[in-house]
Amino acid sequence: MTSERTAAIRQRLQSRFEPIELLVKDQSHLHAGHEGAKDGRGHFDVSISSAAFEGLSQIQRHRMVYDALAELMTTDIHALRIKASTPTELH
Amino acid sequence: MDLNERIEKQLSENPVLLYMKGSPDFPQCGFSGQTVAALKATGTSFSYVNILEDPEIREGLKAYSNWPTFPQLYVNGELVGGCDIVVEMYHSGELQKLLGGKE
Repeated sequence: MTSERTAAIRQRLQSRFEPIELLVKDQSHLHAGHEGAKDGRGHFDVSISSAAFEGLSQIQRHRMVYDALAELMTTDIHALRIKASTPTELH
Repeated sequence: MDLNERIEKQLSENPVLLYMKGSPDFPQCGFSGQTVAALKATGTSFSYVNILEDPEIREGLKAYSNWPTFPQLYVNGELVGGCDIVVEMYHSGELQKLLGGKE
């Protein structure tokens, strides 16, 4: 289930942003028993670098990521840590 | 008063407003806790709404702001962002600049 979830997240972000770097970590184990973990959705950490973020503010980038994940936000993801950069910011 | 009016009233009356899980002294979620810590470090006083105690606002705000998670920080009625953005802005000094003189 865990690896299916990270695979689903990775697949959405890959097709939408064609990132030069994409790291998706499932951190649900760190939050087991925590109030927000009760409904079974997970905590994930995403680090993504894409030219699609060029010229956009952090809030616009986060909105695009949430938008690409769409219904996963209500079915699979409880909390998401996002680090969104452009390829130039990465180096 | 309908839900959107309640949200707009809260936002217009509170220039720095954090919708969070728990309270600043007892945050109920690590992300809310980190956001509170960044805000406190700027020395700005801020209002907050504990969305765990107000399920209507909790659901209504997600739609209002088109932002699916909490915490959410608003300054002058504008969504600034969630935990990652606020903490990053604190480290870059942007948060202090944004909050300068607002209380």
